[in-house]
Amino acid sequence: MIGGLFIYNHKGEVLISRVYRDDIGRNAVDAFRVNVIHARQQVRSPVTNIARTSFFHVKRSNIWLAAVTKQNVNAAMVFEFLYKMCDVMTAYFGKISEENIKNNFVLIYELLDEILDFGYPQNSETGALKTFITQQGIKSQTKEEQSQITSQVTGQIGWRREGIKYRRNELFLDVLESVNLLMSPQGQVLSAHVSGRVVMKSYLSGMPECKFGMNDKIVIDKQGKGGTTDDTGKSGKQSIAIDDCTFHQCVRLSKFDSERSISFIPPDGEYELMRYRTTKDIILPFRVIPLVREVGRTKLEVKVVIKSNFKPSLLAQKIEVRIPTPLNTSGVQVICMKGKAKYKASENAIVWKIKRMAGMKESQISAEIELLPTNDKKKWARPPISMNFEVPFAPSGLKVRYLKVFEPKLNYSDHDVIKWVRYIGRSGIYETRC
Amino acid sequence: MPAVSKGDGMRGLAVFISDIRNCKSKEAEIKRINKELANIRSKFKGDKALDGYSKKKYVCKLLFIFLLGHDIDFGHMEAVNLLSSNKYTEKQIGYLFISVLVNSNSELIRLINNAIKNDLSSRNPTFMCLALHCIANVGSREMAEAFAGEIPRILVAGDTMDSVKQSAALCLLRLYKTSPDLVLMGEWTSRVVHLLNDQHMGVVTAAISLITCLSQKNPDEFKTCVSLAVSRLSRIVSSASTDLQDYTYYFVPAPWLSCKLLRLLQCYPPPEDGAVKGRLVECLETILNKAQEPPKSKKVQHSNAKNAILFEAISLIIHYDSEPNLLVRACNQLGQFLQHRETNLRYLALESMCTLASSEFSHEAVKTHIETVINALKTERDVSVRQRAADLLYAMCDRSNAKQIVAEMLSYLETADYSIREEMVLKVAILAEKYAVDYSWYVDTILNLIRIAGDYVSEEVWYRVIQIVINRDDVQGYAAKTVFEALQAPACHENMVKVGGYILGEFGNLIAGDPRSSPLVQFNLLHSKFHLCSVPTRALLLSAYIKFINLFPETKSTIQEVLRSDSQIRNSDVELQQRAVEYLKLSSIASTDVLATVLEEMPPFPERESSILAKLKKKKGPGAVSVNELEEGKREGGELNGGGGERGGDNSTIAASNASTPSPSADLLGLRTGPQVSAAPPSAGSLLVDVFSEAGVNDDGFLSSAPPSAVSEDAAPPLPESNELLNKFVCKNNGVLFENQLLQIGIKSEYRQNLGRMYLFYGNKTSVQFVTFTTTVSCPGELHPQLNVQAKPVEPLIEGGAQVQQVINIECLGDFCEAPLLNIKFRYGGALQNLSLKLPVTINKFFQPTEMASHDFFQRWKQLSQPQQEAQKIFKASHAMDTEVIKAKLLGLGMALLENVDPNPENFVCAGVIQTKAQQVGSLLRLEPNAQAQMYRLTLRSSKDTVSKRLCELLAEQF
Repeated sequence: MIGGLFIYNHKGEVLISRVYRDDIGRNAVDAFRVNVIHARQQVRSPVTNIARTSFFHVKRSNIWLAAVTKQNVNAAMVFEFLYKMCDVMTAYFGKISEENIKNNFVLIYELLDEILDFGYPQNSETGALKTFITQQGIKSQTKEEQSQITSQVTGQIGWRREGIKYRRNELFLDVLESVNLLMSPQGQVLSAHVSGRVVMKSYLSGMPECKFGMNDKIVIDKQGKGGTTDDTGKSGKQSIAIDDCTFHQCVRLSKFDSERSISFIPPDGEYELMRYRTTKDIILPFRVIPLVREVGRTKLEVKVVIKSNFKPSLLAQKIEVRIPTPLNTSGVQVICMKGKAKYKASENAIVWKIKRMAGMKESQISAEIELLPTNDKKKWARPPISMNFEVPFAPSGLKVRYLKVFEPKLNYSDHDVIKWVRYIGRSGIYETRC
Repeated sequence: MPAVSKGDGMRGLAVFISDIRNCKSKEAEIKRINKELANIRSKFKGDKALDGYSKKKYVCKLLFIFLLGHDIDFGHMEAVNLLSSNKYTEKQIGYLFISVLVNSNSELIRLINNAIKNDLSSRNPTFMCLALHCIANVGSREMAEAFAGEIPRILVAGDTMDSVKQSAALCLLRLYKTSPDLVLMGEWTSRVVHLLNDQHMGVVTAAISLITCLSQKNPDEFKTCVSLAVSRLSRIVSSASTDLQDYTYYFVPAPWLSCKLLRLLQCYPPPEDGAVKGRLVECLETILNKAQEPPKSKKVQHSNAKNAILFEAISLIIHYDSEPNLLVRACNQLGQFLQHRETNLRYLALESMCTLASSEFSHEAVKTHIETVINALKTERDVSVRQRAADLLYAMCDRSNAKQIVAEMLSYLETADYSIREEMVLKVAILAEKYAVDYSWYVDTILNLIRIAGDYVSEEVWYRVIQIVINRDDVQGYAAKTVFEALQAPACHENMVKVGGYILGEFGNLIAGDPRSSPLVQFNLLHSKFHLCSVPTRALLLSAYIKFINLFPETKSTIQEVLRSDSQIRNSDVELQQRAVEYLKLSSIASTDVLATVLEEMPPFPERESSILAKLKKKKGPGAVSVNELEEGKREGGELNGGGGERGGDNSTIAASNASTPSPSADLLGLRTGPQVSAAPPSAGSLLVDVFSEAGVNDDGFLSSAPPSAVSEDAAPPLPESNELLNKFVCKNNGVLFENQLLQIGIKSEYRQNLGRMYLFYGNKTSVQFVTFTTTVSCPGELHPQLNVQAKPVEPLIEGGAQVQQVINIECLGDFCEAPLLNIKFRYGGALQNLSLKLPVTINKFFQPTEMASHDFFQRWKQLSQPQQEAQKIFKASHAMDTEVIKAKLLGLGMALLENVDPNPENFVCAGVIQTKAQQVGSLLRLEPNAQAQMYRLTLRSSKDTVSKRLCELLAEQF
């Protein structure tokens, strides 16, 4: 189990130090600083072993979060906890920065006391936490309220309290996906996968029972056997194969295992319902066609064409193409038809930005790179061209089929709930070799 | 950084550095550096030429980036350009960049060398110095190659400035250290030596380092430096502290130079010239005198400088080892330091005294300080100083003070540092043995040693005690008594048990008269320790018990009882069990006479070098014993063990008893020897024989000395050319297999199916008869199941000029690769002749030709298309490409040559079936000659992969 948790700033100064177990001494704090933070990036692994002590760290901007243990813990669990910890902190005070941590350090200790008990992770549901750990002064709660909190936190449905009431029952559903790609210069897909999340924001009264349906291949096929295969015929691809998925604790896993239906009592407010990954039949929103020509030893001509590959009615946003330049670049001239392009010397790359681009379009950039002849015999390694973008659909092809809400006790039905669904596809590591 | 005057500061550089220092993270730093690098690249690329200042600035930035740990792969050219600048700062930065960044870069090194050459030949001393520093800093072999000739010239030229000479001397020293073969002093030698006379002290200091280094390599050439050094030294020593002005350091005139001079003198023997020697002695006396003077300053620097000279002087005195007067004075001086407040001084004094103690002149003088040294050993806080004190005690020990010193060292052992204990133990053991007058003292000492520091007593030490006790009749009784008393301690060390067991086993009878140490008491005492000991000790104790049975028959039943107990006779350790069983049997079966003979007292050991000394030599701790002493020790050790040499005969008894153990390994106590079959149990004697590691060597020699004549009885290895001989017969069946001055072997063979018959004709080419002529044919290794070869016997006698015939029948059982070996032995004029040949039996001999038509052939060819069925070789023709010859050879191979099969008439194709008893292997061959390239391509396909491969190998040698 986790023996202690430290938060450092970029210099390695300790901002937060919480030790849960006796086997972690004060010197562990210094050991991590000396061996990892001050190692000038020599240490790349997120898990470091120093003197039989394991350090698991994550870095958020300039802040280091390190969990320490002497035992043989499940590293995935520790990282899951650290990520959750980051989420909780962001939910409480926004961006994780040195300034914010210093301003909220009492709160952080309070949170740490709550979500980690003798090194064992506890309830880290922001919604639940916010009911009893607040940033304002706590109004003297009545005995009943206090006992209610206790029973809720320790009860079966720890993530939702009873007696929530909204005038308008509303539900927001976001499908957030990031698409990762590595493509050869000839346009062959070397590897591609989509990792997606379904994030929900629910403002529902009472203790509603929800059922979420999507075009999961297994479910569709099962129904197909049943006979109602109306919409499969309409458009080509209707179901997707999900490689693996994880759920929020509110989802009834037994039901998912037996019927593959996702039913749950949602927490109040924002939370992540599920995470999934797909690798088959991915819609690649952009195609990058690079053309690099070396003209003598001192010149390089680069031409890059990007093609958008989705419905013309949709608009991609925040498109950024990053074309790496050789290390001995001494000057760059860029011509592009659309957007803005600039050579960023500090990053050794040409960055081409396009605000918006509709589907089935193409755009082109050409650059002349002047090189300084060097006496180094090493050839330029030609790093891949990478891309960033945001598109309003799910590249995996995931579709939300339904989200039903049942609340038998209160008098609103599924039809009264206002539901919003949004798809956002972002680029993960989207690279094309040149 | 250059000395930045206000007008000359590089603002851009300062800004850049402060930017980097302010970076919050590594990423930010890298970004900043990337930006700067891009900026510098664009500046260097830019069309308009940069002025010197910006060039310097950018090169500086690059240098800074490089020092931060990033790779720099440009800017070298600009740095080289800076070298040709006339401004000091620009030139300096250029040189700095080059000495840090340039490695043997082929393109630039020429330019750099050129620039350096220009600077060296300029008259500007600053530039010359910069260039010299650059050469020294780079110090590569290339640099040495380019400038090794130039620098000595600069060094000795009359018009060179002093500062340049200084740099040149040090630069040359550096080059000499990296590549001594390139720096040839030759003609410059005498002029370099004369630099010692230079007016400028800096030049002398620099030159003396060079000369010291050079004279260590070839002392003869630089001999002349001795007198110069002496006169220089005397001038410095005799000068008043104010004379040398700049070179006076806290009232000490030129301390560094003096030290270096004294060190240089240590490279040579004392000067032969009386005048020079007198002067030197005078100098040394003055130095010693000065040490006595009250200090001119209280500053620590003053005394450090003074003492540095003094210690160098003492080292020189010790090195000469010829002036008793000086040696004694030095010793007294050091004696004062022994009580000095400074720990470092005490350390140095002890260390120097250690060397002084070995000199015959000062040995007595050193001895006077014994009390102080002993005190140091007891009270010193620093372990390294204590170690030196112990070394010194060891060095100063002789017969007169041995008892005291050994006693002191023993008492120190109890508190000594663990790291030096083992060495201390060895030293005590050696001293005790070396200076022992009375052996009871020796035995006491060693037993004490074992008692105090048992864990650190190595095997050698206790072996040695036993050797000495056995060799000296007079101490045996005393030893037995003492060990008996020592063993009575409730907890005694295992080594003590070993010594006790051994000595009581041998000499227990000497103290048996006393009722307090009656045999049974002795036995019970030993046996009480038995269960606490490790296996080797237990084994030793068992041997001691059987010896007890011999010494004291009254203990027999008790001991037999012990041996019979399950814990012995069924011990899980095989050695213990075996000893128990054998000793039990021996004691019950053998008569007393036999018992007395087998278990007789050990004969004295032959004299050898003390094993302890050998061990100490191996350890070779800091400030260990000089070789002199060791030899002395050996001599005295010889006296001690008196008369070992006279009893040379003992050697053989030991060797013999040792030989009875099956494997006379160096294994201590012979414990790991296998089960001993011989009736005689390993007597206790065998335990100690192995003490001498050399004994093992002896035995090996003994065993291996027997068979020298037997060597030639074995078959000689096959002649080196036998493979060639084999190839000669691949395509033919008859011919001369072998011929030398004596013998000719002809061969005639015929094969049918899987059978063959070979006729060998042995012709005697001489006029003398061959006697005991025998031949054997053998199938080595794998060949045996594949080939059956039977040779008919041959006449053992061949008259001069006659020929005998031998018939060999061959049957091929399976396919094979090797050839059978023919070994021939005979005596010619008394000398044994022995030669081995390979019989030319190859797989192709069992071919049956097969005729087939073109399409048949290709059909079969295609059937055999698996990759392992094919073997292909492309090789150069070694003979002329004559179609008829090739055809003849292919026919000789035994396959059928198929005409009109291959579409290309140049190519040859063959087919055949190899007949073995087990199976038939069909083979197809295709040979494609290329007349232009003089190459062949040979392809073989057969149903068995080994066959294709072997055939391909065989045939490739034929064309």
